[in-house]
Amino acid sequence: MTLVLFFYFAAVIVATAILVVALHKPIYSALSLLVMFFHVAGLFVLLDAEFIAAVQIIVYAGAILVLYLFVLMLLNVRADEGYHQQFRIGLIVGLAVLVEAIFVLGQSGFADRDPAAVPPAAPVPGNTEGIGRALYTTYLFPFEVASLILLVAMIGAIILAKKGIFGKEERGR
Amino acid sequence: MTFSVTDIGAVLPEILIAVYACAILLIEPFLPKDRREILAYFGLAALGLAFIATWQLLWADLTVLNGMFVLDPFGNFFKLLLYVAAIMTILLSMGYLRRERIDLGEYYAFILLAICGMMIMVSGSDLVTVFLGLELMSITFYILVGFKRFEEKSLEASAKYFILGSFSSGILLFGISLLYGLSGTTNLEAVALHLRGADPGNPAWVLAVILLVAGFGFKIAAVPFHMWAPDVYEGAPTPVTAFLSVGSKAASFAVFLRVFMEALGGIHADWRFLLILLSVITIVMGSVVALVQTNIKRMLAYSGIAHSGYALIGLLVGDRLGIFSLMLYMPIYAVMTLGAFGVVTLLRRGGVEGDAIDDFAGLAKKNRLAALAMLIFMFSLAGIPPTAGFIAKFYIFMAAVNVHLTWLAVLGVIFTAVSAYFYLKVVMVMYMKEPDEEVHLAAPPAVVMVLAVAAVAVLLLGIYPGPFLDYAQNAALKIR
Repeated sequence: MTLVLFFYFAAVIVATAILVVALHKPIYSALSLLVMFFHVAGLFVLLDAEFIAAVQIIVYAGAILVLYLFVLMLLNVRADEGYHQQFRIGLIVGLAVLVEAIFVLGQSGFADRDPAAVPPAAPVPGNTEGIGRALYTTYLFPFEVASLILLVAMIGAIILAKKGIFGKEERGR
Repeated sequence: MTFSVTDIGAVLPEILIAVYACAILLIEPFLPKDRREILAYFGLAALGLAFIATWQLLWADLTVLNGMFVLDPFGNFFKLLLYVAAIMTILLSMGYLRRERIDLGEYYAFILLAICGMMIMVSGSDLVTVFLGLELMSITFYILVGFKRFEEKSLEASAKYFILGSFSSGILLFGISLLYGLSGTTNLEAVALHLRGADPGNPAWVLAVILLVAGFGFKIAAVPFHMWAPDVYEGAPTPVTAFLSVGSKAASFAVFLRVFMEALGGIHADWRFLLILLSVITIVMGSVVALVQTNIKRMLAYSGIAHSGYALIGLLVGDRLGIFSLMLYMPIYAVMTLGAFGVVTLLRRGGVEGDAIDDFAGLAKKNRLAALAMLIFMFSLAGIPPTAGFIAKFYIFMAAVNVHLTWLAVLGVIFTAVSAYFYLKVVMVMYMKEPDEEVHLAAPPAVVMVLAVAAVAVLLLGIYPGPFLDYAQNAALKIR
């Protein structure tokens, strides 16, 4: 049963990911990205990582994708054929990389690894607590660095976009 | 699973810098517009304090925070270099920002946060820490590059750097995830330990190495991942260009070296050939394309690319001498490049952009000392004795010859000769051509200080490098 579900999720992820880059209208691309995010969340559920699955939906599907859609609708981006001129080259290079990846990963021993050897998820009921523990003990330092990154991104967006922060001189340019 | 006072002490320099950066952001709104210069001194104070803190910890060697962060002489060596680069950048920025009317306090906070990212990179002993430090540095630079946001060039540079940079981060992450899949850990030492017992013929290791090389190669601007460098260097505000070409490159080389020597030292033979290839095309492309540049910032970008190629030799050799020569190369490259960009900021005045090589015409008459400093930096970049550039190249080539890569050293010497053409062209323009107008270019005291310190350092390291060589030798990364 798990295997069937896995292949369902994986197939949809691959198909929608291809659609994201292959579709000509940006809105359609964004919507197929949304479908992809949901199925990635499904994969996380299969791995007993329900917290990550929830975060995946709340953050990616809920926040980031809605933001994309806002921008797309506000800017009224029309279908741009310019990006599709490289389609053939992209296809050839992409296929080459794909064959290479299949060859390399096929020999890497990832496939033979017994899934049962993977340690079971955190012993606590639900893995929210386990993630919280790991985040605030083992990964405390990276966690704090990530907060600095978010701070920079926030202030940077203001600096690059807010009107009039350089005073009146700006207009004369 | 807990942390102690030792842990906090080990990351004290990083904490200091981050706290000061936040303090600058908080103080800025309460300052009147004409007094924002205070924040620059604030930034200098932060860097000074961090310098003292690192100096106190100079020879410490411990891994803290659950193996996420390592404090060792190698990291401290690069941190001291980064502090000096940041201090010089802030000194160059003060007058420049006012002239360009982009004197926002956030600028100084961003310089501090960028340096914080670099410090975390060079001290990261876990791929997670390394990656986050790298991202902190990169995201800060995307914004700093676009700081002149009313100029199209600056915005274009920022957008290009952002898109290509995030793409390369993605590739790097792919490599990291492959390493994690293979070894089950992101800790550098644990990866090395796993590699010892693993099947060396497994092609997935090589694929991971290729992806990592592509990711780091972007940051050090190695050909063929160099496309962004000329445009970004040209569009960014000049002090940011200086900081980007020096700080970001030095930190990236340090982390490149640490990851490849510490984690992937076991498959040295596999990545050595790849890096030889990269180094050769980087040296050739960088030197040849720099010949035809008419813009000094683009020229210095290609020169920086070529210098990355030389520094890669130290990395690919990968023995004690190789590591030592790379550690020598970075600070020397840093002072001469910072100095050269310092002179470029001087030429910016009124309506003159001052970044065309022709703008250097008659600089010897306009400002004798600046021309003399530029002469020293150009000689050093070209690797002519008795400047520091010669010492740097000498040890790199010696490291190559030492492992029977004589042909690589010969190729390097040939292209050093080629590069002398475009460096000396600047000198020729400064001294032989008449200025188009008779003006005296006044230099602000802060810039004079930077130029003087850089010029003296370049000469001193060229004539009497002994103590510095000793320090670098003692601080060199231990090969386990």
